[in-house]
Amino acid sequence: MYRSHVLVCGGTGCTSSGSQQIMEALKAEIAKNDLTEEVSVVQTGCHGLCALGPIMIIYPDATFYSMVKVEDIPEIVAEHLLKGRVVTRLLYNETVTPAGSVKALIDTDFYKKQHRIALRNCGIINPEVIEEYIGTGGYEALGKVLTEMTPDDVIQCLLDSGLRGRGGGGFPTGLKWKLAKQNDADQKYVCCNADEGDPGAFMDRSVLEGDPHAVLEAMAIAGYAIGASQGYIYVRAEYPIAVERLKIAINQAREMELLGNNIFGSDFSFDIDLRLGAGAFVCGEETALMTSIEGNRGEPRPRPPFPAQKGLFGKPTILNNVETYANIPQIILHGAQWFASMGTEKSKGTKVFALGGKIHNTGLVEIPMGTTLREVIEEIGGGIPNGKKFKAAQTGGPSGGCIPAEHFDIPIDYDNLISIGSMMGSGGLIVMDEDDCMVDIAKFFLEFTVEESCGKCTPCRVGTKRMLEILTKITKGQATMEDLDKLEELCYYIKDNSLCGLGQTAPNPVLSTLRYFRDEYEAHIKEKRCPAGVCKALLSYRIDADKCRGCTLCARNCPNNAISGTVRNPHVIDQDKCIKCGACMEKCKFGAIYKK
Amino acid sequence: MKSLEELRAIREKMQSQVSMRAEDHNHTRVVVGMATCGIASGARPVLTKLSTLVQEKNLTDKISVTQTGCIGLCQYEPIVEVMEPGKQKITYIKMTPEKAEEVLEKHLIGGHIVEEYTLSGADIK
Repeated sequence: MYRSHVLVCGGTGCTSSGSQQIMEALKAEIAKNDLTEEVSVVQTGCHGLCALGPIMIIYPDATFYSMVKVEDIPEIVAEHLLKGRVVTRLLYNETVTPAGSVKALIDTDFYKKQHRIALRNCGIINPEVIEEYIGTGGYEALGKVLTEMTPDDVIQCLLDSGLRGRGGGGFPTGLKWKLAKQNDADQKYVCCNADEGDPGAFMDRSVLEGDPHAVLEAMAIAGYAIGASQGYIYVRAEYPIAVERLKIAINQAREMELLGNNIFGSDFSFDIDLRLGAGAFVCGEETALMTSIEGNRGEPRPRPPFPAQKGLFGKPTILNNVETYANIPQIILHGAQWFASMGTEKSKGTKVFALGGKIHNTGLVEIPMGTTLREVIEEIGGGIPNGKKFKAAQTGGPSGGCIPAEHFDIPIDYDNLISIGSMMGSGGLIVMDEDDCMVDIAKFFLEFTVEESCGKCTPCRVGTKRMLEILTKITKGQATMEDLDKLEELCYYIKDNSLCGLGQTAPNPVLSTLRYFRDEYEAHIKEKRCPAGVCKALLSYRIDADKCRGCTLCARNCPNNAISGTVRNPHVIDQDKCIKCGACMEKCKFGAIYKK
Repeated sequence: MKSLEELRAIREKMQSQVSMRAEDHNHTRVVVGMATCGIASGARPVLTKLSTLVQEKNLTDKISVTQTGCIGLCQYEPIVEVMEPGKQKITYIKMTPEKAEEVLEKHLIGGHIVEEYTLSGADIK
């Protein structure tokens, strides 16, 4: 029995900032102080506050240390673990009240408004120990399903809960299962889409890393509901920690016979295998994903037939996203009503968002549906750094769109986001401030889709390429208003004619920025000016002769020797030589350099 | 796993450990003085004893056992303070693992303060 548990985050974010070394140092220091019998060191999944990693939480007092370094370990052990004195300087500053006392983590702005269902075990349990998952009620839902419920009961429960697909589409999960159950076949399959490809989204990775058994349990429940005995998890090879923990989890579940034949003494048998994706964005599309599992090149195919009729290996198949699965055991245990009591009329439960971009608390948050964008960004996310003004939030990655400041108070759910020209997507939320150029953002996402288009259908392969060319012209100030019309026309054409979701949604970033920021596009075209000062071809750095003191600092820092001038006399930038790196502006102490 | 009972047995064994990692405002807090003075007079076995007992009896969802620094009454160490939500703090002095077990049984579980070990009730003249 341990009197204290030290939790060290082993998610990808904290691992890359050195949490493994911290854990080793901690174990060594604990042994040195003869505390091995009293204190247990637990590696957990992601806590969400990735910006503050590596993160360490010490229980039972729930002290939250952030940005811990190996050098801090002896102090933490000697002071906190031995003498019970909190190492104040390492505390997450939000947990320290103005009076100097420490408040609970759940009372901080970041966690207060969150409601964790999919992430409930992330950062709490050791994902590599199945007993810890069982200790928090794990596999209880599977047991309940196999001993007390019929497959129809399970499907009805999901239908009543109102759970919709968390991968982006928002299709009702219960309905998907119902359709697959109706189709008789000698073999059916349950697949998990863990090919998380949206730039900036990492909730699926965090669930797999922090609570892999929740996904396994839910897949077994799905197998029982639709009558499948085999499951596949399609996970990208770029997620090595997630792959490793999934392997461990599957082996442990097999050892305990929670996967395998006659689970819980019933006549239900189910097993799960992993399939690694090589990192093509299109393989996150359901038909392409299944083609890839079959061993073929990951290309989509037309629907119908839908996977519920003819999916993997031509058999009825359901495919759900990681986050969707992570909700299911909780819905079974607590009932459909419990889940349906959260969220908005048509979007129930919670959604995980990956906050990124110009925001203080970058990381992972899980909020009830219907929370406003303002609450997410200003309260949970801690607002925008450096006193800059909010311009737009990008949701849904390359398939989504921008939400401008005028919709700051919109409650986030599937239908609201679609009505304003964006989409939920897998939950990436990138915040942009006044220094971001919307044309440049649209171009960034187009570059991504051009790169990732599989090339099977012409609208997507050729169309997105032409779109990117026009966008590039705009950012260089070479486009005409006719180009802008052509761009818009292309958008609708590609949307209507592409084979799969990738192409059908690829124009969204352009359409939504055109809808809300057309003036920026026009400024680039008509005035040859980038209002945010991002597009390099359209801006020049200049020195205000009245403010320049002739300190020579800019000239000395210019990497291309483009600045000339003598001491105590105003300097001048040679526009032909200037590479627009901005180094001079950063160094100038008198604010004499400006962008035009 | 052949039966739900099997699963529940594992769950019960693990629950007391995992539930230590919950944050709850209604916890009863048991605090052991673990400054130099406390450690020197034998606070560590007291702390370990309390922590183990609370976990063995599956009480971690109601009681948390933590340490604190020196509260200034070094001559009375090892000191154990019991803070129940909405009640006055009770300070036990000169504790031993055996006394700690008695306090846990009588006070934390039974609800009766063990007066003879408290700061106000003990014979410390």
